Amino acid sequence: MDSLSMGGYGAYVWSCYGLTFVIVVFLNWRGRLRQKRIYREIEVRLKALEDRE
Amino acid sequence: MWKWFHQLASPPHFYRISLILAPWLGISGLILVAYGTWQGLFVVPMDYQQGDAFRIIYVHVPSAYLSMMAYMIMATSGAIGLIWRIKLSHAVAAAAAPIGAGFTFLALCTGSIWGRPMWGTWWEWGDPRMMSELILLFLYFGYMALRSSIDDTTKADKASAVLALVGIVNVVIVHFSVEWWSSLHQGQTVFKKGTMDADMRIPLFIMLIGFTLLFGSMLLRRIRTEVLYRERRTRWVREMILSPGGGA
Repeated sequence: MDSLSMGGYGAYVWSCYGLTFVIVVFLNWRGRLRQKRIYREIEVRLKALEDRE
Repeated sequence: MWKWFHQLASPPHFYRISLILAPWLGISGLILVAYGTWQGLFVVPMDYQQGDAFRIIYVHVPSAYLSMMAYMIMATSGAIGLIWRIKLSHAVAAAAAPIGAGFTFLALCTGSIWGRPMWGTWWEWGDPRMMSELILLFLYFGYMALRSSIDDTTKADKASAVLALVGIVNVVIVHFSVEWWSSLHQGQTVFKKGTMDADMRIPLFIMLIGFTLLFGSMLLRRIRTEVLYRERRTRWVREMILSPGGGA
């Protein structure tokens, strides 16, 4: 319970750590999402080219 | 040594190396950040002046440091791209911008939350450290907006590299603002002797290393995406994607 209240500063401390977690996860997720999208786009284009050939 | 650098600057070589390196950086970064967070939240004694609120330092300082480091990577890579015309360096600059913006936003938010109980205010418009960090965020936004507004990649690379180089002045101001002007923000503490006890300092260094490794992992992944996009019409990308295992 003490670690939760952080001597009365719990809301400030926990919100900072929570926000850090959210931002790091978000940056990682966005990076992965863009990578998958670009990869898929190139793959589709190449497969279409291959079929045409 | 130079041969190694030349090899690394080759997009297919870099792509293969980053594919191996990124997960290791990510995993080791996660372990260090988890350990540092546990130490910072539950093991380190509280500060005699700030009480438990000082524990915010373990996320605020690494994010503020990364906000500046990402910018320096972005500007240096842009300069290398402009001077030596190395294609990979523009990809590095483009990849560093969104991560840098994310950590700058985080540094501003955690600083503001920390400021409320310590200074009695969320934000102070006249404070040089806060304002220069806010300008850094706008520089990141400007950089990304400029890049996405130009369709020609070569032109976008050049224009954004010039903007990034001009913005270095602000990074210097962010760093020295607490020494040059009177600020609500405290002065240099982390690397100054006698300002922090080793019990408090060591977990902070662990967090700094952990965050840097996580940043490195995210940066490598984004550079890989940039390389893939820029090299999408080349033979090596075609061979890699159409090979049975792919290359993602």
